[in-house]
Amino acid sequence: MERIPILKMGGSLLVSIQVDMHDRLAMTLQDDLTARIVKDRARGVLIDISALEVVDSFIGRMLANIAAMSRVLDAQTVVVGMRPAVAITLVELGLSLQGVRTALNVEKGMQMIAADGEPEDDSSADRES
Amino acid sequence: MARTEQNDIAAVLARHEDEILPEWVRVQKAAGRSHLISEEDLRSQTRDFLSLFRTAAQTGRIDDITGREWDDTRRMLEDLSRARARQGFTPSQTAMFVFSLKEPLFARVRAEFGSDAERLAGITAGVNSVLDKLGLFTTEVYQKGREELIARQQQEMMELSTPVVELWDGVLALPLIGTLDSARTQVVMESLLQRIVDTGAGIAIIDITGVPTVDTLVAQHLLKTVAAARLMGADCIISGIRPQIAQTIVHLGVELQDVLTKATLADAFAIALKRLGLSVQKAHAAKSSTATEKA
Repeated sequence: MERIPILKMGGSLLVSIQVDMHDRLAMTLQDDLTARIVKDRARGVLIDISALEVVDSFIGRMLANIAAMSRVLDAQTVVVGMRPAVAITLVELGLSLQGVRTALNVEKGMQMIAADGEPEDDSSADRES
Repeated sequence: MARTEQNDIAAVLARHEDEILPEWVRVQKAAGRSHLISEEDLRSQTRDFLSLFRTAAQTGRIDDITGREWDDTRRMLEDLSRARARQGFTPSQTAMFVFSLKEPLFARVRAEFGSDAERLAGITAGVNSVLDKLGLFTTEVYQKGREELIARQQQEMMELSTPVVELWDGVLALPLIGTLDSARTQVVMESLLQRIVDTGAGIAIIDITGVPTVDTLVAQHLLKTVAAARLMGADCIISGIRPQIAQTIVHLGVELQDVLTKATLADAFAIALKRLGLSVQKAHAAKSSTATEKA
């Protein structure tokens, strides 16, 4: 059966979506991912969608679901590598993926997760100034 | 129209082409604006048109200039009309190129058929109608050329007015100038997102100092741009909010809660540097501190 591979990188899990998503694949991914988060005690989940040229409401909802599930399991979800055209389409559709964090590429996503692991003291100061 | 009249017109054109030509050139020169075009060009255009017109009148139907026989004539007029629009002729001056043929042509027709009033009237009506149509055709093409020019300039203006500049490694600025409508928002968004991908910038500052008014629609467009940048993984700061605009935004009830806003671009840049963990200090202060370290 078709599966989306989940790679472990340090304390994070990396999922690269490169094929068209459909219901069963999304369900399998959610099953696998939640299982792996628990098994590997992952702190972060990176979802790379740089290969996707079309992101519709279905994938948008799936991303939001995965983020919510990971949060329950105390792992941060970062969606990385969204293409400009995809971002514009999502905004025009009114899907701004609230509650999902985003980063430009995998590297920045890793940094983001690493930074969250450290005790936060200066980031809150930034917002206030 | 009767076939005989058409034959008559074609015959007159063929017989007197050499006489009509210089006379027509003279009439056109008398109409003014002759400095915009050289005499050789005018002469060759006149000659070309006359010969094409004669051929078309011989073969095609004179009361229908959309026919295949008129293709060459129409093409020639299209080129001429476009060229004249570029050279600075007005639409009426461009149309006069065709209309001014009437005077010399009628003179010939009158000389030849002056005795036969009925025939003369028929030919005159025929010539009038075909030349009017061709004249209007040049105006139409002229107008179309102008419209294309305006559309192209609009497009260029849109691209020119949305530059994305790199202020620092990882900090982009988008100084917006002019009114934001849907079409411009689209261009702004596309160029900003593309630059974010190209440079890998994590922070984008949208400066709206040059935006004259901010209404709910403009605010919505700004929020869309911010949301799209966020999806790409870049934070946006909106700067350059003038006091009146701040008041308008509040009066309109626009929610800018999720977006960081700053009064000036300088403030926004300071925040951006701080986020990157950079700081700016005076050069001599830095020098004295290194000097004390050495000592």
